[in-house]
Amino acid sequence: MTYLSSDLWWWPYLFILIAGWLSTDVWRFLGVALGGRMAEGADLLVLVRAVATALVAAVIGKLVIFPTGALGTTPLVLRVGAVAIGFAGYLISGKRMIVGIGLAEAVLCGGLLLGF
Amino acid sequence: MRTDTGRRSIQRRRAWFLRGMRMAFSLPGFILVSSFVGFAALAKDAGVTAAQATFMTGIVWALPSKVVLVGAILSGATLPAVALAVALSAIRLMPMVMALVPEIRDRQTPRWVLYVLAHCVAVTSWVLAMERVKLVPRPMRTSWYAGLGFTLIVVNMLVVLAVYAVADTLPSAVSAALLMLTPMYFLTSLWGSAREKAGYAALILGMVLGPLFHMLTPEFDLLAAGLTGGLLAYVWHRLQRRAATV
Repeated sequence: MTYLSSDLWWWPYLFILIAGWLSTDVWRFLGVALGGRMAEGADLLVLVRAVATALVAAVIGKLVIFPTGALGTTPLVLRVGAVAIGFAGYLISGKRMIVGIGLAEAVLCGGLLLGF
Repeated sequence: MRTDTGRRSIQRRRAWFLRGMRMAFSLPGFILVSSFVGFAALAKDAGVTAAQATFMTGIVWALPSKVVLVGAILSGATLPAVALAVALSAIRLMPMVMALVPEIRDRQTPRWVLYVLAHCVAVTSWVLAMERVKLVPRPMRTSWYAGLGFTLIVVNMLVVLAVYAVADTLPSAVSAALLMLTPMYFLTSLWGSAREKAGYAALILGMVLGPLFHMLTPEFDLLAAGLTGGLLAYVWHRLQRRAATV
């Protein structure tokens, strides 16, 4: 029952439909159905946002610490350093995403060029 | 007479649809494209084919949910666990849609139009729409948002296809740089969109707990890290607020 567990061509698409489409559009459609009718439960929304943020953050952490493919062949120190420097640049520049992403990429590529 | 006004209103709708399309080619749109480049590189590494990744882009659309989907596929999680993790990552779409609907709806707007447009809701189009929709005449807002939302979807489906086409010919340093785009995009966009301190706490906790739970329980790492990190951040938020009021 995993994504790659079947050789049937349609299995991945069914998997995406159930785990991807249904799991996301059900919330969008509920938003239309309830639009304006549900009072904003501020506290519940904080919890919802916190769980969603932590879930995506868990993926971020995994992508940096246990990456796959070409990023997996780079040293851990370089990856963590690139993310830390990029994030510091983002904060110092007044939360400009372009600066954060550009700086992290520059450190990573610079490090690889220098033969890390 | 009536057909004449009908034709004029269709022309007007087309003009606003095109203006919405143009809105997709802006700085936020460009940043989104670069993060889809990163997503395509990630999906390819996870063993997802070009057709599947393009299908995923159109049908799921929200990038955080897609990254969780691909992350869970990489962990070798089973269908129910993956569906639950993606659903938890997507709950926040509901309040986003609830906030957007009153902005774009007209008294005559049919319900099905709202359901179709809701599919376009993800961070980028939502932020752009909430920012700019006030400049659009109310009866034209659904046409404008359709132009913006569907253009973003189609453009990024093409971007995913293009990355798959060239990925194998790229030097490994470039591939590594592309794979770094996704974590940096989400780290900065989540930090920037956090409404309260609980958001910062959840972000930091999740980043630490993700790799930690990956070593403990690889199949449920995302679910465990998301629920634990989110709950801890929420409890911290409650305690802090109580401390502030006492």
